[in-house]
Parts: sequence; structure tokens; C-alpha cells
Amino acid sequence: MSNKINHSMSLASPDAFHISTKQKVALGIGLVGLLILALALFNVHLPNTGLFLTLSLVMIGAGVVIYSREAYLTKLEGIKNDGTWFKSISSRGFWGWALGVILTSFYIVLYFYPQYLGLAKDGAPNTGLVGLFDPLSNLLSGRNASQWFVYGSLYTIAILAFGYKFILKYRHNRYQQIRTMSVMFFQLGFAFLIPEFMYVMNNDLPYYDLKSVWPLNYYIFDEWSVKGFLSNGNLGLALIVFGIVSTFLITPILTYKYGKRWYCSWVCGCGGLAETAGDSFRQLSSKKLSAWKLERWLIHTVLVFSVVMTTAMVYSYLGKDSNNFWLTRDVFITAVIVFLTIIFAGVMYFRGKELGKDAKAGAIGYGAVIALLLFMHFTATTENLFFIKGGTLRSIYGIYIGSIFSGVIGTGFYPILGSRSWCRFGCPMAAILGFQQRLFSKFRITTNGGQCISCGNCSNSCEMGIDVRAYAQKGENIIRSSCVGCGVCSAVCPRGVLKLENDTMDGRINPTEILLGNDVDLMDFVNKK
Amino acid sequence: MEHIVIIGNGISGVTLARHVRKLSDKKITIISAETDYFFSRTALMYVYMGHMKFEHTQPYENWFWEKNRIELKKGYVDTIDTDTKTLVFAEGDQMKYDKLVIATGSKPNKFGWPGQDLIGAQGLYSKQDLDNMEVVAPNNKVCKRAVIVGGGLIGIELAEMLNSREIPVTFLVREDSFWNGVLPKGESRMINRHIKNHHIDLRLSTNLKAINSDENGKVKSVIIEETGEELECNFVGLTAGVSPNISFLKDSKIETKRGVLVNRYLETNIKDVYAIGDCAEQHEGIGNRRPIEAVWYTGRMMGETLAQTICDNPLEYKPGHWFNSAKFLDIEYQTYGWVFGERGQPEYEKHFHWKHDDDTKCITIAYHKDTNAFLGINTFGIRMRHETFDKWLTENRDVDYVINNLKEANFDPEFYKHFEKEILATYNNQLQTV
Repeated sequence: MSNKINHSMSLASPDAFHISTKQKVALGIGLVGLLILALALFNVHLPNTGLFLTLSLVMIGAGVVIYSREAYLTKLEGIKNDGTWFKSISSRGFWGWALGVILTSFYIVLYFYPQYLGLAKDGAPNTGLVGLFDPLSNLLSGRNASQWFVYGSLYTIAILAFGYKFILKYRHNRYQQIRTMSVMFFQLGFAFLIPEFMYVMNNDLPYYDLKSVWPLNYYIFDEWSVKGFLSNGNLGLALIVFGIVSTFLITPILTYKYGKRWYCSWVCGCGGLAETAGDSFRQLSSKKLSAWKLERWLIHTVLVFSVVMTTAMVYSYLGKDSNNFWLTRDVFITAVIVFLTIIFAGVMYFRGKELGKDAKAGAIGYGAVIALLLFMHFTATTENLFFIKGGTLRSIYGIYIGSIFSGVIGTGFYPILGSRSWCRFGCPMAAILGFQQRLFSKFRITTNGGQCISCGNCSNSCEMGIDVRAYAQKGENIIRSSCVGCGVCSAVCPRGVLKLENDTMDGRINPTEILLGNDVDLMDFVNKK
Repeated sequence: MEHIVIIGNGISGVTLARHVRKLSDKKITIISAETDYFFSRTALMYVYMGHMKFEHTQPYENWFWEKNRIELKKGYVDTIDTDTKTLVFAEGDQMKYDKLVIATGSKPNKFGWPGQDLIGAQGLYSKQDLDNMEVVAPNNKVCKRAVIVGGGLIGIELAEMLNSREIPVTFLVREDSFWNGVLPKGESRMINRHIKNHHIDLRLSTNLKAINSDENGKVKSVIIEETGEELECNFVGLTAGVSPNISFLKDSKIETKRGVLVNRYLETNIKDVYAIGDCAEQHEGIGNRRPIEAVWYTGRMMGETLAQTICDNPLEYKPGHWFNSAKFLDIEYQTYGWVFGERGQPEYEKHFHWKHDDDTKCITIAYHKDTNAFLGINTFGIRMRHETFDKWLTENRDVDYVINNLKEANFDPEFYKHFEKEILATYNNQLQTV
């Protein structure tokens, strides 16, 4: 095969895509910025941390910005995916694997061995990488940095710098530009700055990223979190009410109007990183039918796990004050079961036929949750679920799903599995929003009559692994629970076949047998049959 | 069980096979010498450009064929004996059929230029063409310059491909403006400028005289007819149109002209033998269509139609309103209904043309000069909804209606700038002054 990917490790690989002098300079600047971080990581004592931190972050940002300007502003506006599958980094070549390993290792250290990053124990001063970020943390919230602050800062820098790159790449496309500005704004403001300022205002309030909704924000209903909010008077109470309202009211309404994209590709930080820093890897997601099957089981299992775990957590601390609060364990577990039953019955009644085979899987899932909840309740002489303490279950979820799945695999494996493997296979929030999107959303991707040429650009660039082409070549609207509405399929389509639309609920599912183009008599004939 | 044999695994043959399977239980075999599995020919360019790998151009996973009981045979059909209903392959083996469908597509035109068969001179149509290109023009070290001959859609795609690997391109176009056999003047000129903006050396009113060889039988240079200039190059893209790929039929009893002659039921002169797609030729063009339509969409539509006929529901091939689309480097093009170009514009057809100041967007609306009936629209850089125009054409709307309701047909992504007001203003303005 001639159109191979070059897996050669040689830096002088024959098919290499050449970079200009300006890009080499930009790479140099960015890498020196990274070097400063690496030096700090290896505990080299830097004299003026404030200066070096500024230098490092500015150089990394500047490197990305200069490189991107050279890459895109030297060409005319338009889709420029040239060489994506030839470049080692974006085609699972040597650099792709190298980056994957480095990122994954970084996540493992970050989550499980923060002391190696220089996080101090027992009030001792921070050293290393965490120490380097102390000046910034002190500036924002007047306390020393933690490993999460380091991570949050780097995360934000990545979204801002690569967001800029994305905006340049799609500078002919206003949807992409506005959407990217939105994720940059939410990351910088809501995920990074506001929680810091909230700390300044009220330093015993639990960390709360306002845009992070349960179940993605799986710790919001934990005992310590709820107590933390409740001990903060009206502000805390308002926040916890907002947490509940955003989950059960705001989210469904927005999803009804705009599809889950309002969250997944306009607001969410995980999505934000995937869309910006992860953009170079979006084509790597698997479009095989087998991947789709795995995805559906996996993501819904995480959702079930998340629902049960949260219920178990709330349940376990409710018992303690059952005498002086109306919300007892009995009331709570009954309410949860009634709520789930209403949802399940409603779905089966209104959409059972439409869901077809999925209805069966849904019934199994529903049955499993109810059985688990009842089992939990009636064996609740202890606080055990599956003979594991509720708190242990919660920490299992935190480690295996919150950390390993979303962080280590979700982001570390960008260069291997594509940019949205967490969103696609693991995010319980995406599962809920997807469920809503599939059932009652005005959103769909419309295909343009008979204009598809089956070229596959759309499927190739779908980060959620949807085989968009399979729908487009049938002229069928795309109603998929996994679609995050990033709009890149529409952008890369060389024939203008795809359009993201919010329209009436009628006719959003439109399977046709004969595409537009043949004489109407024939279409009548076939559609009648 | 009836055995349906389809020669060719392009969009026509595969669409036919899929629909026959939907409608019946017949045995289906698809024969191809080109590739094991169906791929989207129009996407070959993206493989060279690195947007996709070759396997991504295959719309169905490899298990699809077995699961749907569509047998695939790799082989080259040498001769067809329609009396005994037998195919003979170049490899020597034979196959019986009950119904035969010829869907062999096209091959690039060669007009007898000296040197047209040298290594490095080729068209871009098959998977093999792409593989060859990867050998002779892998990068700008091996291929210092490329020359493209012929100003059509494949030519400009080839130019975009070579451009993506920073290979300098000279584009020889016989006409005095790009694709002006099809496009009206304003559009054709705009595309000329767009091509040049991409640093492609576009030479209009220029013909190829000969291709020169080096000592190894490879392309060394081309001679230009008008000036006698010799251009050094390592690759010559021959993209002056395509013609039906039917040379293997010359000893058969199947009647051919330029393509395989078929009636409106897509039947040839021989019973149980049909032809669809690029290689089929109607006795007379349907409406304004040409007798041979080498277009992806019409191939697909013929496949859909013939599947009905083969499954005992005889249907005429009745294409609806004409439509097509393409992309010229960064500018998308769609057309619905009929808009004729500089050459061949009927006397009854008048045009309204609007162009945006940025020189990348324009539309042309064709209408009847006496009745104001809307005939067709070309759009560049603005996406339009197929269904809407199909409806308006069926409803025989007039040009006023179309211009006033253009917004309804817009298919651009959300937040895009709209130009309907500007277009309407230009329209009203022109009407007042003309």
C-alpha cells in the first residue's frame, strides 16, 4: 500500500511533513516553556518562581499561538486537514504513542502520587511543580497551590491556546468560532477563576464549578459536600438548590431546545479540552459497529453505577438524622424508586416503539437499578451495598471512574483512542443528556436530500465515533444519543450535506428508502409499499 | 435461485445490489478487478491529501457483504457470451448468470497526445491511478512540477491534491475560462481567480501538444501547443473528461455506441442484460440531460431504479430534477435545476447573478425570459437545501418567488452570515435599471 502511515522513528522520515522556520522557532519557544515545568518537576530549585512560572506559561502559550498562525494564516480559509493521517502524532505513530504514554503517566502521578509533583504534606512548603504554581495560586485565592490547582491551570492554558488554534483553523466557520469561544470562556471563568474567587469570599465552601452538573459532578451530594454547603447559610443553600435544579430542570429544558450540545460542546470542560487540545486526534475514534455496541453498554453501566452510588451515599448519611428531618431513608428510597419508575414508564409509553430493541436494554437497566436499590434498602441494617460500605463504593467510583476513566484513559489516551473516549464510553452525564436528546429534543443533524457522495469525511472527523456517513448516504436525519453537536461533520462535508438544526419534533426521524433525485412517482411507490 | 451478476463495484453496482437484497432473496455476485470492497471513488483525493486512509473511503465494513449475502469476486471480465449467459474471465475461469448488469463506469479520456502513456502521465479515476500517483508524485522532491491537462472537476481536484503536498502545479485549460462549458461567466471567472489565489499556475486557452520522455520512459516535460514552450515536469494529469469503460464488450452482441445503449428501463438490446451508471448510454438524453451521465448521483439513482425492475416491478429510469455538487478548492458548489454556461445557453434562458465582495460566494438564478419561470440555480459558497429547490421546481415557481423566499432554502451552518437581503436588493436594483 502506498498510502501508508509512516511509523518510522527516524526524524528524517521520507514522508515527513515539513514545518517552516517560523514553526520551528515556535516549537522552540513552546518547548523551552515546557522545559521550565519539567525542571520544576524534577525538583530543580528555581530562584524566582513567580518569574519562571510566568515565563513558562507565556512561552507555552506563545509557542502554540505562533505555530498555529503560521499553519493556518498562511493559507486561504477553508478545511485544511492535509496530512492528518501522515503525521506520526495524529495517526497513532511514534509521536502519538509517546505523547499518550507521557500524558497517561502524568495523570497517574497527578491522581495517585501528587507528592512527586512536589505537593507538601502536613503544612510544609510546596516544592517542585506544585511549588512553581504557588505564586499564581496566592495571587488568585491567597493560598498555596495544590496538585489540582496545577492541573487546572495547565488545563485552562491548553484550552485557551489550542482554542485559539481551533478558531484559526475554522476561521471560515462562525459556528465553530463561537462555540470555541464559549468553551474557552466557561473554562477560564467558571471552572478556573470563579471557584478560586468563591474561596476568597468564603473559604470553607466546598469547591464548586457552577457549570458542572450531577452526575458528572458526582461528589456534589456527598455528605461532606452537602454539610459544607449547609453550614454556609443562604449562599450554600442556594448553591445546593442550584445543583439540584440544574440537574433536574435546567438540563432537560436546554437539551430539549438545543440537544445535548449546549453542554457537551459549548460548556463542559472535558468537552472543551477534547475540542481544542484534542482536535488533532478526533479522527482516531473507532467507527466500527463493535465499538458502538461496546459504547452503549459501557456508558449506561457507568450511569447505572453512578445513580446507585449517589443514592447509596445520600442514603447512608440520611439515616443519622432521621429523627429531626423529614427526609428519612424510607422517604428517600421510595422517592428515588417512584421517580425512576415514572421516567421508565413514561419512556415506554411515549417512545417504546421508537426505541425498538433499545427498549429491552432499557428495561434490563431499569430493573437492575430498582433491584439494587431495594436490595440495598432491605439489607440496610448495615450501610452496606454488595457488602461494601457506601463510602467505599463512593471512593471506588471516584478512583476507577472519576480518576482512571475520565482522566487517565479519557485524556491520556487522546492520541490512541481519539479525543472523546471518556465522553463516549464513560461519562454518565453524556448518557443522561443523550437519553434526553434521543427522546425529546428538537436537535438533529439534517442531511441534504440526495447530495451525499459517501466520501466519509464526516465519519472520519466524528470524535464520538458515529458513522455519520451511514445516515447521510441514506438521506436520513441523524438522531443519536451520543452526538455532542460539535458540528465538525457539517464543516468538513465537501458537498454541504449536513446541517445541525433545532426544529419541530415532527419528522425528525425520517427513514427513506429512495433518496431524493429520482422522480417522485418512484418515491411514492416505494414509500407506499 | 436466480443469479444476478453485476460487473463493477462502484456506486451504481453496489446500490443495485443493496436494493436487490432488500427486495428479494436472489443470489447476487459483484465482480471487480479494481478493489476487494466498494469504496467511494469521489473520496480518493482525500486519501492522497491525508484527510483519510483508504479504508475510510469504504462505506461498509468488510463483514457487511457476507452478512447480506452479496458475493464478491475479484476478477477481470474478458468476454461475455450472451447466448449461453456466460462470463469468461481474463484468468480463464467462467461464471454463469441469469441476469447481468454492466456497471463498469468510466476511464479517463486520452486524445492521442504524443507521450500520453508514459510513466507519470495518467488520469485520476481508479484506485490504481491513486497508487501510481503515490509513486510518481509522492512529494515535491520526486515531483518538482506537475501539469494538469483539462479544466473539469477531476482536474481541479487533482490540483488541490498536488497543492496539499506543495508540488507546484501548472493547469492547462483549453477553454478561455475554467469549466465555462458548464458555468456561467461570472462563476467561471470567480473560480479562475480562486485557483490563482491558491498559487496554481492556471493557463487558459492553452492546449497540450506533446509529452516528452526521459531515458527511462518517464515524463520529463510537456510542450504547449500555442507557444511551443517546454515545461519541465514529472507528472502529467490527464483530466479531459471520461468515457465509458466498455472495451471488453466489443466482441459481444451487446449494442454499444460510446456507452452501452440502454432504453428507459436500462435494458440493453439483449434480454436479461442491463447497464447502469457512467457506462450506460440512453438512446436520447432525458430532458436536458446528456445521453451519458457520468455523475455519482445518477449512477446511484439508476441502481435504485433497476433494482425494482430486476425484482419484477418494471420501472422506467425517471430522474427527477437535475442536481449536482462539487467543491472548487475551498468553494462549495451546488446546482439545482438547469443553469447553462457561457456556451450553450438557450435563447429563452436569462440569468440573475449576484456575487459577494469577498469573491468566494455567488449565485446565479436561471429563469425563462418570457414567463419568468424559475429554471435553476447555481450556488457558490452558500449551501442550499435540496428538498426546497426540488419542491419549487415541481411547483413551477417563478424567479420572484425564489428570490423572495431564498432564506427558506438556506442550508448554511448556524450563525453564518445570511445574504438574502443583499441578493434581493441586487435583484430589485437590476430589474429597475435593466
